[in-house]
Amino acid sequence: MTRVPLTGAAAKIVLCKVCGLLSRPSGPSMPGRCPRCGDPAVLRQRDPIQRTWALVIAAAICYLPANVLPVMTTQTLRSVVPTTIIGGVVRLYADGSWVLALIVLVASVMIPLVKLVALAYLLITVQLRSDRYGRERVRLHRMLKVIGRWSMLDVFVATFSVALVQLRPYMTVVPGSGVLFFTAVVILTIFAADTFDPRLIWDPGKTRGEDD
Amino acid sequence: MAPLPADIVACPDCDLLQRMPVLPPGTTARCARCGLGLGSNKPGSLDLPMALSVAALIVFFLANVEPLMRISVAGSTSSTTILGGVQAMWRQGEKVTSVLVALFVLVAPALDIVFMLAILLASRRPPAPRWVGVLLRWAEVSSVWSMVGVMLLGILVSLVKIASLATVEPGIGIFAVGALVFLLAGMSASFEPLEIWSRVRWANGEWPGTGR
Repeated sequence: MTRVPLTGAAAKIVLCKVCGLLSRPSGPSMPGRCPRCGDPAVLRQRDPIQRTWALVIAAAICYLPANVLPVMTTQTLRSVVPTTIIGGVVRLYADGSWVLALIVLVASVMIPLVKLVALAYLLITVQLRSDRYGRERVRLHRMLKVIGRWSMLDVFVATFSVALVQLRPYMTVVPGSGVLFFTAVVILTIFAADTFDPRLIWDPGKTRGEDD
Repeated sequence: MAPLPADIVACPDCDLLQRMPVLPPGTTARCARCGLGLGSNKPGSLDLPMALSVAALIVFFLANVEPLMRISVAGSTSSTTILGGVQAMWRQGEKVTSVLVALFVLVAPALDIVFMLAILLASRRPPAPRWVGVLLRWAEVSSVWSMVGVMLLGILVSLVKIASLATVEPGIGIFAVGALVFLLAGMSASFEPLEIWSRVRWANGEWPGTGR
């Protein structure tokens, strides 16, 4: 029976994040560089949990104005109508295109929220040194990296609506300040998912500087 | 920094050390613990992405010069290109969002295609020069931020939204964007970065050969 699976960290072997080459540092105090691509060779990034938390919290702060402020405003001869993200979904549904309403709802409302909750869950379980559901958690992280970009959807909807609907004086669309916060949420969560190192899920307490 | 036996690899997602088998063509090696794809033997991994990236370059040009769509209300018409969307956001005061949108749908995909062409051309005869390694690193960054597929969906949603207010006509540009989505997906799916890394001259000046 195998006891503990041998990992790079346990064997003091560094995996290069850029080119995938394995190398053994000549001494613990001499991290050095990857011989193939020249990138700094480090076993784990410094303070990975704190960095990811910082990005997640920043994204969560931007999530509120992103949903409360209008992303675009439609001006016609008779009316000026500001629309928020949710307002846009309701409008699409009322116009009868419920499939698109669902797509926008999933991309703009659900995905950012799922990303924030899932990243918090991954961070907390690593901090609690949980050793359960490792395979499921690493898959969750991979899924987050794939779906992340799709929440940019509403920013592109606003961009092309603004570009196209410039029919003065009948109808014009102008962007609202919600767009900037929304873009910030997307970028911050993409960076957060990228900063989170899934190897922390598998690391025993030892590699984080303690004996177990 | 001493390199290790060439067939030992560490999983980037869980750090497990394992032996990479000799892969028959068309197969992928997966991590024994977390299931991540560790490397594939893709037949034609130099020629196929090259053909697709040449096609993508041509289609990218078309997608940018042809109008995406045209709308008309009461005799007044307007149309837009991708750059037109970026410019409209800038003119309406959302300058930060405008620059970011330009990065995601113009700069990142353009770099993605150009990097791919340069990398593939330069690594046909190993050892490839060191700048190929630098481009490989940047190609990874540009592919993370390239959002042509999300933009296509965004354009379609805004098209449906506007269709309830005005007459909408799709242009050649939107068909080119559609084709570009498939070409870019095929380009990255047929590409195997590990194969290229094994052809690049190392940072320390050595080159141990393509047997990895």
